[in-house]
Amino acid sequence: MALDDRKSEFTFVGTRPDRPDGLDKVTGRAKFGADMSAPGMLHGAILRSPHAHARIVKIDASKAEAHKDVKAVVTRADFADVPFKPGLEGEFWNVLENVMAGEKALYDGHAVAAVAATSALAARDALKLIEVEYEVLPHVTDVDKAMAPDAPVIREGAADYSVPEGMHPNVVRYHESGHGDVEAGFAEADLVIEDSFVTEATHQGYIEPHACLGALGGDGKGELWCCTQGHWIVQKTCAALLGIETSQLRVTASEIGGGFGGKTTVFIEPVALALSRKANRPVKIVMSRSEVFRATGPTSSASMDIKIGMKKDGTITAAEGIFRLQGGAFPGAPGDMTAMCAFAPYNLTNVRQVGYDVMANRPKQAAYRAPGAPMGAFAVESVLDELCNQLGLDPVDVRLKNAAHEGTKASYGPTYERIGLVETLEAAKAHPHYSAPLKPGQGRGISCGFWFNHGGETSVSLALSEDGSAQVMVGTPDIGGSRASMALMAAEVLGIPYENIRVTVADTASLGYNDVSHGSRVTYASGLATIKAARHAVEKLCERAAAKWGIPVDAVKWEDGCAVPSGPNAGDFDPIPLADITADMGRTGGPISGHFEATPEGAGVSFGTHIVDAEVDPETGKTSITRYTVIQDAGKAIHPTYVEGQYQGGAAQGIGWALNEEYIYGDDGRLQNSIFLDYRIPVASDLPMIDTVIVEVPNPGHPFGVRGVGETGIVPPLAAIANAVSNAAGVRMRQLPMSPPRILAALKDNG
Amino acid sequence: MSKLHVSTTVNGDPVEYLCDPRETLLDCLRDKLNLTGAKEGCGTGDCGACSVTVDGRLVCSCLMLGVEAEGKEIETVEGIADGDVLHPLQKKMIEYAALQCGICTPGILVAAKSLLEKNPNPTEEETRYWLAGNLCRCTGYDKIIRAVMDTAAEMREAS
Repeated sequence: MALDDRKSEFTFVGTRPDRPDGLDKVTGRAKFGADMSAPGMLHGAILRSPHAHARIVKIDASKAEAHKDVKAVVTRADFADVPFKPGLEGEFWNVLENVMAGEKALYDGHAVAAVAATSALAARDALKLIEVEYEVLPHVTDVDKAMAPDAPVIREGAADYSVPEGMHPNVVRYHESGHGDVEAGFAEADLVIEDSFVTEATHQGYIEPHACLGALGGDGKGELWCCTQGHWIVQKTCAALLGIETSQLRVTASEIGGGFGGKTTVFIEPVALALSRKANRPVKIVMSRSEVFRATGPTSSASMDIKIGMKKDGTITAAEGIFRLQGGAFPGAPGDMTAMCAFAPYNLTNVRQVGYDVMANRPKQAAYRAPGAPMGAFAVESVLDELCNQLGLDPVDVRLKNAAHEGTKASYGPTYERIGLVETLEAAKAHPHYSAPLKPGQGRGISCGFWFNHGGETSVSLALSEDGSAQVMVGTPDIGGSRASMALMAAEVLGIPYENIRVTVADTASLGYNDVSHGSRVTYASGLATIKAARHAVEKLCERAAAKWGIPVDAVKWEDGCAVPSGPNAGDFDPIPLADITADMGRTGGPISGHFEATPEGAGVSFGTHIVDAEVDPETGKTSITRYTVIQDAGKAIHPTYVEGQYQGGAAQGIGWALNEEYIYGDDGRLQNSIFLDYRIPVASDLPMIDTVIVEVPNPGHPFGVRGVGETGIVPPLAAIANAVSNAAGVRMRQLPMSPPRILAALKDNG
Repeated sequence: MSKLHVSTTVNGDPVEYLCDPRETLLDCLRDKLNLTGAKEGCGTGDCGACSVTVDGRLVCSCLMLGVEAEGKEIETVEGIADGDVLHPLQKKMIEYAALQCGICTPGILVAAKSLLEKNPNPTEEETRYWLAGNLCRCTGYDKIIRAVMDTAAEMREAS
């Protein structure tokens, strides 16, 4: 997009109006996934494997099928029958295998059968009537053990061409990138530190469990209501798994009670549709919290080795990282993303990174806010902190000295356009937090973070009403106030008040394909498409005015919500407000709408810097976060309050990941903490206020300069908190979470 | 198992339902009375998304059986506004952008209203501890705490 296409002065953008769905959400009337019902509806429930790894010898569902309350039972056999699209392969096959186990149960919680019954209680009771005979197999849940020569093989032949010969079959993808000569670089360093780090898997922890209501007939036509970050991917995937035509399944996205990447795929939706097809009635499935933990997407766990060389003046001479990510019993752990993001904030002459995608007997990992990036940042930024400590250098100065900027060749290959990392570091240095004195027992930590951001397929329509109001149809579910941002951007272009615009998340039958609400893409991509759709409508408004005045259309410009004669015709006619044009539109050529669809490529990349103060109690090992400041480049904040909210939410999730949250597996391979009591996410009394600084270095790839802000905020916290805790405790913390027992053990080891 | 008849009062309205003895109050509110404002986030009393008051006491409706509501006075998020007039907490939650996805919002509102009825002038720490039973995964609580404390200040001024 040309730079002259960009706007820098705004009327609506940058203001903080109430969100359009606010009233519904404070009165309880907003409809989330589990809030929908249908006439004749049945309730579904899913039987799950109690074993981490087992061959399914036999499933006998005859007793369940014979029960009066049960209307359908499905197993994998009900999905394999796909005459329309035979031979599922690739990711569709993986998703099917995850949605309903085939020959083997691959993790504790893997779905093996499902029932539909006349009530939720009856469905749960009926699961007990299904008899499954298992042959229990050896299992592995740890990433390093899963790569060892004697590890049980999850699935032969899952590795692709990228994996070097001689690796264990559980290593299924391999990534290597970088530039320069790292060995020469290490030789130039005054100090080289090499260290290893481990992080456990965490869950996205959205408060709304997965829920859906599906109806599918023998005619191949279906309706599906579900909580999802992207209903077109649900439509496409369900159609493939059930062997129906994509366009015959209409999917409507409910209000979504959090996703953070975890609702970008399907789990129960194809099961509800399969049950519905068999029972010929609508079927609703709502997961329990325990099912959410056991069977939906946690992050990968990681094991990492980092080596960084530095001169006495703080110049990084070389950096190398090896990142092993365990992503459950399927390919997909973002070892490549971790590797590519790890050193991305820095301008490095010599850098090399290697990523491994490793399978183990755990649930299929799903995206979680900047997937893969936080773990790598934890390892790299911890080593940087240690280098600063040992060389007696200021951690912000060192990062500024090495910071990537416009023209830097990124560690993962391309050359950066305009980016805002230096500006976030300068803001950190100038922030009162950075110079505030610390109390005894407290430590301060700094970290930078990077994320790619994403464009993705996007389609938006805008229609004007006769009274001059506008309706905007977007295809990206609103996971954090995006309808407000879309309305602000449309208001900016049309020149009508924010309140006169209604933004709707359209169903799959009302709009072309839209990629998922992920990759921090919604305000960027749907926003760009909204702006372009509004401009498209403005062109038509100008045409109507030109026809009325009898002047060429290029002699009409759009200003403050009015068509205005310009150029040689300037001042010849009174401006016509939008509502006056739409009032006559039926007689002057018909309805006026705007539309835009594209896969925008200019998402740009995103950087942030976090400052954290932590206090460690040496008696109990408990850590308190006493002060937290997030500084991040938003490009242009459309609705600053919701940008702050993204920063604060990312920091809070990072605090949980750093201090408390982890998947704990027993020796039997079963998840031991599958409820919120045992998997403890931060509560209000755990956290301080989270201060935010919005840096605005405009993204050249967006008409208003927007950069996505959703994900980068979770990249720095793990490292920043680990650095704060390490500095407070006087001992380097190399494993997350830094729970009290681990801190006590580290203090003890340190004498 | 035969169902039991329950007569209770919800948001001032007398209601009746038949429920299985195993069904929770939350199940009954949502599935029998179609009051879907209270949410099930965990089913184990850990997330607070199902918060309601029973005879003025704040409870997780997932931890109480439907049959236990017999003769009680239940208040849910649907009863917080007075007709078309929003409660000050509801207004402040919107104004502060104290919600992102909004799934925890009904529980937060019920719990916060209960706090302010007991303590019209809570400190930040008191507010944080009172709301410690209401999980929010989106906001980091910052804007929620500010919204509740500002509401308290405004209500004190108004009274």
